[in-house]
Amino acid sequence: MTKEYKTINEIKGPLLFVEKTEPVGYNELVEIRTEKGEMKRGQVLDTSNEIVVVQVFEGTGGLGKESSVKFTGDVIKMPLSPDIVGRVLSGSGQPKDGGPPIVPDVEREIAGAAINPAAREKPRAFIQTGISTIDGTNTLVRGQKLPIFSGAGLPHNDVALQIARQAKALGEAESFAVVFCAMGITNEEAQNFMADFERTGALERAVIFLNLADDPAVERLLTPRLGLTTAEYLAFDLDMHVLVIYTDMTNYCEAMRQMGAAREEVPGRRGYPGYMYTDLAIQYERAGIITGKKGSITQFPILTMPGDDITHPIPDLSGYITEGQLIISRELHRKGIYPPIDIRPSLSRLMNSGIGAGHTREDHRAVSDQLYAYYAEGCDLRGLVAIVGKEALSERDRLVLEFADAFEQKFVNQGRDEDRSIFDTLDIGWNLLQALPETMLTRIDDHLIKKYHPRYRKKE
Amino acid sequence: MEVGTGKVHRIAGPVVQATGLKSHMYDLVLVGEEGLMSEIIGIAGDKHIIQVYEDTAGVKPGEPVKETGAPLVAQLGPGILTSIYDGIQRSLPQLVEASGNFISRGLFVDGIDHKKKWEFTPVVKKGDKVEPGQTIGTVQEQLLIKHKIMMPPDKRGTIKEIKSGNFTVEETICVLEDGTELPMIQYWPVRRARPSRIKQAPTIPLRTGQRVIDGFFSLAKGGTAAIPGGFGTGKTVMQQTLSKWSDVDIVVYVGCGERGNEMADLLHEFPELVDPRTDRPLMERSIVYANTSNMPVAAREASIYTGITTAEYYRDMGYDVMMTADSTSRWAEAMRELSSRLEEMPGEEGYPAYLGARLADFYERSGRVTTLEGTEGSISIVGAVSPPGGDFTEPVTQNTLRITKVFWALDSKLTQRRHFPSINWLDSYSLYDLALEPWFSENVSPDWNKNKRRAMEILQENAELEEIVMLVGSDALPEDQQLTLEVARMIINFWLAQSAFHPVDTFCPYKKQFDLLEAILAFRDQAFGALARGVPTDVILGTPSKDALAKVRLLEDYEPELKKVLAQMESEFKTMS
Ligand SMILES: Nc1ncnc2c1ncn2[C@@H]1O[C@H](COP(=O)(O)OP(=O)(O)OP(=O)(O)O)[C@@H](O)[C@H]1O
Ligand SMILES: [Mg+2]
Repeated sequence: MTKEYKTINEIKGPLLFVEKTEPVGYNELVEIRTEKGEMKRGQVLDTSNEIVVVQVFEGTGGLGKESSVKFTGDVIKMPLSPDIVGRVLSGSGQPKDGGPPIVPDVEREIAGAAINPAAREKPRAFIQTGISTIDGTNTLVRGQKLPIFSGAGLPHNDVALQIARQAKALGEAESFAVVFCAMGITNEEAQNFMADFERTGALERAVIFLNLADDPAVERLLTPRLGLTTAEYLAFDLDMHVLVIYTDMTNYCEAMRQMGAAREEVPGRRGYPGYMYTDLAIQYERAGIITGKKGSITQFPILTMPGDDITHPIPDLSGYITEGQLIISRELHRKGIYPPIDIRPSLSRLMNSGIGAGHTREDHRAVSDQLYAYYAEGCDLRGLVAIVGKEALSERDRLVLEFADAFEQKFVNQGRDEDRSIFDTLDIGWNLLQALPETMLTRIDDHLIKKYHPRYRKKE
Repeated sequence: MEVGTGKVHRIAGPVVQATGLKSHMYDLVLVGEEGLMSEIIGIAGDKHIIQVYEDTAGVKPGEPVKETGAPLVAQLGPGILTSIYDGIQRSLPQLVEASGNFISRGLFVDGIDHKKKWEFTPVVKKGDKVEPGQTIGTVQEQLLIKHKIMMPPDKRGTIKEIKSGNFTVEETICVLEDGTELPMIQYWPVRRARPSRIKQAPTIPLRTGQRVIDGFFSLAKGGTAAIPGGFGTGKTVMQQTLSKWSDVDIVVYVGCGERGNEMADLLHEFPELVDPRTDRPLMERSIVYANTSNMPVAAREASIYTGITTAEYYRDMGYDVMMTADSTSRWAEAMRELSSRLEEMPGEEGYPAYLGARLADFYERSGRVTTLEGTEGSISIVGAVSPPGGDFTEPVTQNTLRITKVFWALDSKLTQRRHFPSINWLDSYSLYDLALEPWFSENVSPDWNKNKRRAMEILQENAELEEIVMLVGSDALPEDQQLTLEVARMIINFWLAQSAFHPVDTFCPYKKQFDLLEAILAFRDQAFGALARGVPTDVILGTPSKDALAKVRLLEDYEPELKKVLAQMESEFKTMS
């Protein structure tokens, strides 16, 4: 029943236009063979009795009117089995580690049906990443999607790797399985990731999809879908807690824009397709926890903001979908601070449900708010000092200014392999607050001050 | 109309073309072998253009398209309250039962339970003449919510038979002389507004318990408000807070193209939280539509209409209803996406030219009305807007502001300072302001409006002074202006700021709102009095009672403490020199 056609009428960019076919299903998987026998894969984007439009994942190079097209009658599926853990695959899911093909236990559609909102469990289990600016002030919980917004040349990959290495739930020895999707990153970046995964043994509990800068752009549209289908299998079939890291979302969106242009669609803002919000949401929303299931999916998408501009459509639409964002700051990076996470524009929207007594410690919210308030005020004062000079500051303002500097050095700054417990993080916070008079700690209840302030604790 | 079958001609995403159909615009059809729920949205030559509410992967040209002969309708009757629906009123918990944790395709479930029996108590008798919209009986839908069974809006007659007892929504409970058999359920096309008799002027405020809203930019019952803001500025938290504490009888919460985890949070909280007016779980008065961003866009487009139709139905019973839509921008984007697949001529930023008209039609369905039956009901609408890059000049924000009467401008600068709610007090407005003043002075305090204006003036002046401070530092200002800065800071931090997550402060009654502001103004007057006597500013600013005032709002039983603080303040100022 699956006939081969040699009726390609037009080839334009990544698109094939095929005529005179039997009825072909929307989104069907297509296999294309070049005259030289090379195989490529594609997907149906538009289908009618007259013409079928196919997007080709591996690029249309080498294709001609004599190439043959086979419609498989089925949508794209990912073969899955427990053996997939530890494997390295290409951006379209083919083995890349010299290993055998995956012998599937199940095959899943990669489009990913939406989790029924009524079946979702509210995420609230604290994840300790060992990084103070995350755990202390932008706490991550299981089932959250928290992107890293960065810029070219900033150490976002190091931060992501450190999170992948260190992330654990409090009181549970079991660590996360990692699904890593590279989209359009350089070979060198990929090597760094792989080397780190090997060094730390993380590879044994990871599944890796690699679409590199010189791989076809259209293939990138598949990569996160394959990765997330795998993550859902690990989380909801095999009960694992899965951390999905994908980088760089910007490359994924560029591929989407390229496809949109090839299809001559009406573009939305700055040339990106009008459906980019929906498309991104379909990926990001595949994070979460399902009632009655043991596993979970937590996502760390990484994206580089073109021109460090947070209002650019890619970070902007992402921010509208994800549950907060971590902002990597060029300014902190220049000061030599690692990880250069600026907590002021960063936010974890699910923080509240994962902190406090029973999760982390009862003083967590108050300490975080207080640190935040004086750091933000101190940063504002830097602007004023630049104009009126330090002498014009009141005693109080001077203290706040010094606090902000110390905060960057002691709280934000930490080693690439430094894995701080949440209690260490909170205590570092207290030690910084100690430099301020107690009356200035307006956001912390008296009973918490009595219990946790170093001054009172030493007396014990 | 005769119900026939056509054939799929072309499929591109959620838009399908079919031949051989006779359906009218907005009629429902079932597409493909799986019978995917769809709607006719255009007719061109011999082709019908169809938007499909479900994923179209795998659908082939030539597959059947079955007509239904009817438009997309909402099912209206007892059992709507506490429901959780997708955009086309399919019960999500029932979809879990039918197809598991992930939403699969081609499933049909009823909007309300057709098997459950409800106790129907008639209020009319044989021989009575009944008019459109008239109540013919009641059902106790929730412990405190009586569901009126009304005549359909387009039906009148004389009662031939009326029953009493337990019935399903489909069973006949009433027969008219002309032979019409009426069940409790009504079907209403979602894109058509349900009629009412007269639209009334908005003169009663909708109490939200949020100081910045009730105090400064109040919404009237039956009014419309827009809450635009960039990501993370607090739209969702505000809409959830309003849904929790507003003094309305019924809440319709439409999650339109937003996050799944947010909906999980709401579905988790509402059954547990208690309505302060009734002491009953909030869920009992709520209807939730959850068509998240990853669910089909066509159903997202429909969700606003299904939501407002259920809201109108409860309004018709004489209830005050609030509908929140989070986010209308996602709704507009669904329109844009469908429009571009139809290859319509795009308007501004690719949105269809009818964007403004659609927004207006939707907000027009709000209002405080005299119902067909002559009772009074209202629908207030709060719509979130998510402008790209937080830029309010974009088309959805602009078209919305043209229609809505209240503008709560979220300000990312306030968000960055963690000042919540991040509603900018200089840019926001309420056009109901004057119309509501009499109500406040009669029902809360004769000084309510005066205090509000005084506070506003202080904040205006503060804004001007802050610009100077940025250049020279605050110490360079004259003493009276330094005091004004401090009083403004108190208004901002002790009064405008209000945490949605604080167990007490999340809701602030009118009297408390008034008392707190009155106390700050009392401080101001005494401070300026002291300054006139020659007391130096740093002594005034060091008043201990000032800081004590900060924590009063966090107390449930705040009055004794406030009295104490005010007394202390008075004595401090007396002895100050
Ligand atoms: N009234 C409030 N009180 C305390 N915190 C708040 C309040 N409003 C917002 N926040 C904080 O801001 C965060 C973001 O708010 P919210 O989710 O409502 O933003 P949003 O405007 O809906 O964003 P998006 O457009 O991305 O959906 C919340 O998670 C919460 O931490
Ligand atoms: Mg929101």
